[in-house]
Amino acid sequence: MSKNDGKATQGKRQSAHLPRKRFYRARAHSNPLSDSHFPIPISPADVDYSSHYPHFLHSSKNDPDEDDVLPKIRFADIGCGFGGLLVKLSPLFPDTLMIGMELRDKVTEYVKERILALRASNPGQYENISVVRTNSMKYLPNYFGKGQLSKIFFLFPDPHFKEKNHRRRVISLQLLDEYAYVLEVGGIIYTITDVEELGDWMKFCLDSHPLFSVILEEEFEEDPVVKLLASATEEGQKVARNGGQTFFAVFRRVAPEDASAAL
Amino acid sequence: MEEKVHTGEINREAEAAPALIAVHPLKRSIALALGYELRVFDFEMDCAVSLTDEAYSPCHSDAIRAICFGANGRLFVSAGDDKLVKIWRTDTWHCIRTVCSDKRVSAVAISHDGLFVTFADKFGVVWIDTLEEDDQGQASVDKKAVPLLGHYCSIITSLKFSPDGKFIATADRDFKIRITIFPKGPLKGAHEIQNFCLGHTEFVSCLTFICPPDCNQSFLLSGSGDATVRLWDHISGHLLDTCDVGKKAGLLDSKEKVEDSPAVTDINALPDGSFVAAAIQGLHGVIILKCDVPARRLFIAKFVFVEESFVPTSLGLSSSAKLLWVVMGASNVSKLGVSKMAQLRVLSDLDKFLSNEHGDYPVILKDKDMPGGEKLLLKFQGSDHDHVTKQDAALAETATAVKVAMQNLLTKKQYSLEKRDFRKRDRNDRKFKKQQF
Repeated sequence: MSKNDGKATQGKRQSAHLPRKRFYRARAHSNPLSDSHFPIPISPADVDYSSHYPHFLHSSKNDPDEDDVLPKIRFADIGCGFGGLLVKLSPLFPDTLMIGMELRDKVTEYVKERILALRASNPGQYENISVVRTNSMKYLPNYFGKGQLSKIFFLFPDPHFKEKNHRRRVISLQLLDEYAYVLEVGGIIYTITDVEELGDWMKFCLDSHPLFSVILEEEFEEDPVVKLLASATEEGQKVARNGGQTFFAVFRRVAPEDASAAL
Repeated sequence: MEEKVHTGEINREAEAAPALIAVHPLKRSIALALGYELRVFDFEMDCAVSLTDEAYSPCHSDAIRAICFGANGRLFVSAGDDKLVKIWRTDTWHCIRTVCSDKRVSAVAISHDGLFVTFADKFGVVWIDTLEEDDQGQASVDKKAVPLLGHYCSIITSLKFSPDGKFIATADRDFKIRITIFPKGPLKGAHEIQNFCLGHTEFVSCLTFICPPDCNQSFLLSGSGDATVRLWDHISGHLLDTCDVGKKAGLLDSKEKVEDSPAVTDINALPDGSFVAAAIQGLHGVIILKCDVPARRLFIAKFVFVEESFVPTSLGLSSSAKLLWVVMGASNVSKLGVSKMAQLRVLSDLDKFLSNEHGDYPVILKDKDMPGGEKLLLKFQGSDHDHVTKQDAALAETATAVKVAMQNLLTKKQYSLEKRDFRKRDRNDRKFKKQQF
């Protein structure tokens, strides 16, 4: 599993060894309500692209006037877990910057190590993905400007079964306002779950929100990304192994005029 | 400073509630909220007002946390810890509607057309209810308010409509200001976010809009726990200028810890933006700012010293009369001899100040020269005042109490690693861990 290619790269633990998950065990849940202790960028302009995507910054250093043309993050995986989706998406869209957001610190560390190891053993690849530890339910607008993203992913979110905990769900009418804000018109929101009740809930929220319009199964079957939703992540693979059913809700962010016309 | 309390439910009973003041836009009346009491004085009738309510008690039963006049002064709203939002007609001071909230209310606003009341609760949800009367001509007390928008699990400190009524601005404890389009049918929710105004490095405590005459749009001013006042173009979300009022007032010199940074507590401006007043913790008076929007500049014009130990808890600007009312007070200050106290002062001749900034304006009026005079003072400061023998000490005590209360509410607690571990001691997954990362 681990390849030692002899070319030791700099940095304390930057080897080509993929990290072992068992050293990064964490609870499946993390409390999105608690105030946490990680740094938050004050605004999207303060996001440190150079530390996340050094390769991309390095290659455009020749043109100091090219600041405005620096690529921005376009895909966000909310609750990225162990990074499965990002790793699969990276080669499909090599020029697109993507980021995973995860609340649990140990899991975030795992993903960081995984990406570094992949970059080391596959030179030039996986430079477009990164991960950040943050609470996306509170701080999404700190990372992304209006209409910045073209895709946003919610794979197997925590169902929060008890009714009193429903307000902790990552998809809600209230939070959809913010997801609509960071998504460009025409951008797509992908959700998948193996919990039918949660699937119904997410679909209901998206249907009720004026800025999202449903993408039917016939349409999204052609999207190469959709095939990854169920298979790319550890969670998805576990569901497949157990023969579980999955429930998709894929919607497009629409302009307000279009939405009211549809009503 | 770290007490063994359950997160979120700090000793509420011991928290001081600051006194709040609001002035009718045409200076017909003035209202003071002190603890659960709402004291109103009518300038035109030159007498104190009795509040009436047919359906409920005319009194709130717990600290009032937000008040404002709305719909050009036709209406007044008060709300707070008793989870009630009461809307009053300002001609009769009769309560026309009482809306029940599930949580304690932290901010209120009435739409300019007087059709809707909006209020924010401590969980970051902004609710909206219609003020239209139904066919019988009676306001229905059974209808519940519906959610309009939300700042996820963050306390909303201020809620304001833009002058043209197109936007609603909400500020929260997570340093954010959200500008949302206020739709034609708001009861379905306000889902389209225009922008976020991001830049403050601490909780945002107050907001106010201005509409300078030579500009074709309005602009937003905000005050924060980071001791700055900022000027924004809320339509684009751009920060136009930042004024380090805390630093300029000399309040930051000895402060190293962020938690001690003095918070801007209130900001009021004349609608045309020619005069902006701000209050900041630790300053015994008021800061007057000026904005030059085309030049993107916000700067301090003058510090006005009111009197020793007088740190305003709320400001009320009367645009028609060019007077600035300042109140300092609080209820539930445990170390005071009385349960509550308030002191009122007036800064007058704002127009003279505007035309000659180097003159001795604004002037702090003597008690007898204040509009409403002794009658107003008796109603507002009244009997509590008589029991307070040592004025200075009482004011200083009040200032400390409201500052601590605001910090407890809005500043995030920073725990040391050991303390965090101690707080997690009951969690199941901690018990089986052999190794700590």
